[in-house]
Order: sequence, then structure tokens, then C-alpha cells
Amino acid sequence: MSVSYENSKVIFQAIKDAGVTSLSALPETWLGLLLQHAERDPGVRLIQVAKEEEAIGVAAGAYFAGERHVLLMQNHGFLAAINGIVSLAQLYGIPLCMLIALRGHWGEPYPWHTRGGIVTEGVLRALNIPFEYARTPDAVARQIREAYTLSQSSLSPVALLLTRDLMEEPL
Amino acid sequence: MKRSECIAMLYPELGDKAVVTIMGACAQELYDLGHRENFFYLQHAMGLASSIGLGLALHLPREKVVVLDGDGSVLMNLGTLATLARYRPANLVHVIFDNGSLLSTGGYDSHTASGMTDLAAMARGAGIEHVAAVDSVVAFGEAAIDAFARNDLSVIVARVAAVGPNYYGMDLHLPENAFRFRRWIAGRTSTREKP
Repeated sequence: MSVSYENSKVIFQAIKDAGVTSLSALPETWLGLLLQHAERDPGVRLIQVAKEEEAIGVAAGAYFAGERHVLLMQNHGFLAAINGIVSLAQLYGIPLCMLIALRGHWGEPYPWHTRGGIVTEGVLRALNIPFEYARTPDAVARQIREAYTLSQSSLSPVALLLTRDLMEEPL
Repeated sequence: MKRSECIAMLYPELGDKAVVTIMGACAQELYDLGHRENFFYLQHAMGLASSIGLGLALHLPREKVVVLDGDGSVLMNLGTLATLARYRPANLVHVIFDNGSLLSTGGYDSHTASGMTDLAAMARGAGIEHVAAVDSVVAFGEAAIDAFARNDLSVIVARVAAVGPNYYGMDLHLPENAFRFRRWIAGRTSTREKP
């Protein structure tokens, strides 16, 4: 199973087309190619963190600075970032546009990802975070643009879940 | 030395800088000297003040950013030292008040209380070049002057007594603080961009 080169390119271009100039990320398999694009692009600042909760702070700083910022993380990183999401972003009304690689869900062969995959949607609902699943390259640009727009208008976290259909090459 | 003495010494220098504090005593002591629109008090999310400072500093290269942090908060987000070292924002001054105590949440000893854990050494080990460890008001003042003058990431670890204010309270709602802080930055940016 390999990560989709084409779709990674489509997603990165969609992020750029949404006017985003700043990304925070913790690298992981599905996001790897996307982050390579970001590293090579002088129009985008990429900030890699040691743990995903840091990125909530970085995103808040970018928002205060008036920068258009998107967060890239795996769903287990989202789970690790929850206190920052609740007690910084939601408490103070700070927008977060989170693109989350949904590991451990439909079709997951690796047991270690499965618990996180199974609980991700329920945790998003419990936190009142609006979310959508990104499944096809045709729709993902619109989804990223709209996730960003909603995060800014609602001053709250918004999640777009990047699924296996989108992120892996078909068998 | 008391943290409040250090903050009082910094206060006159903070008028034109973006300032982020941690929760509790540190926030209160700065607020009690007189709130300014360029102060953001992170009243929860322990550990993230320095991450906010990093996001501010990288995206506002022409502003000086000051983070007033504490040992308990830094211990909750030690990775931040390595992330700061990696991106090395030249315009960030990271002050860590180390009172060896989780003072604002009940006064329990933190891991630095015994003196075994050395946050300055950890910052150096993370790769931060300019780290000052101070335990007197005079040394703190000198380290702060150096840090503000230096065009490079600077960390000051200040050993302070585990004492705080008698009263906690602000006439400032949390989102209001965020909105006004952002507006102060936007005002600075737009004023500067005018010919």
C-alpha cells in the first residue's frame, strides 16, 4: 500500500488555492508527500512540531499575526492535542483548520491504528467540532476551502478527515 | 527574588512588544501593573504559551515577542524547547520563571523543586544557544537587557520564590483578550505598511 502521489499533489495545491501561506505539521506516512511539496514551496512556511498540541499554539500565534494557517496531523495527534483545542482554541475563540489523516478506519490492516481510528468521529462530535470526510480528489479542494472559511467565520476548530480512499493508491 | 519584581522590572520595556503569559500568578502580576492591548494571558492550555510565541515570532519578524513562562508549564511541553531551537526565531525572548512549584494550582512541588532538573541545561541541550540562568534581580535585569538587544532567540531561566498575588481576577473576558490582542497586532502591521 503506498501513498497517492497524485492526490497528495492535489491536496497541496488545494491548500495553496485556499490562500494558505503557513502550515504546521507533525510528519506521518500519509502526509509525507504533501509535506515534501510544502518544504519545496517558497510561498508556504512549514513549521514542524515535536507533538501535535504544540501546533495548536503555533496556529493561535499565526492567527494573531493575521496569517492564513492550516494544521496537518494524524488522528492520533489530534487526540494528543485535545486540551490545546479545548482550552486555547475553543476557550478564546481561535479558528483552527485541521486536516487530519484518518488512520485506523475502514480497510486498516495495522492493529495499532485501530482504536484511534474507531473513536475519532465520536471525539469530534463530543467536542462540537464540525467535520467532513474527504474521499475523492475532485471534491477535496472545495472541502479545504470551505473548512477554512467555516473555521474563520465561526472562530472555532474545524476538521477535514483525509480518508484511505483519498490518501492511498488503489490496489 | 520574586517573580513580581522581575515582571515589574520588565514592564517598562513591554509597551511595544507582543507579550504572552501563562496562567495564574504570572498573568495576574503582569495585569496588576496595568493591562495593555499587547498582552495575551493564556489562562489554561498549560505549556502552549511558548508555542504561541513561536507562531507569533515566525509570522511577525519585525516585532519583538516576549513569552513569560513557568517551570510547570514548560515541563508539560518540553518538546517546545526543541521546536524553538529548530526554528530559532531571532525576535523571541522566552522567560521561564522557575519557582519549583505548581503554585497556581495548589502549590505542589514541581520536578524542578529538588534542584536535580535544570531547565536551562535542557534548553541548551535542545540546541538553544543563548540561555541565561539567573537567581538575582540584578542578574535578571542584565539578562533581559541582553536578550532584548540580541537579534537571536534568547531564553532566560529565572529562579524565583514560590509566592504569588493574594487576589486573582481580571476585568477582561478571555475571548475579548484574544480579539483585542489580535487588533493591536493588526494595527501595528497596517501602520507600518503605510508609506
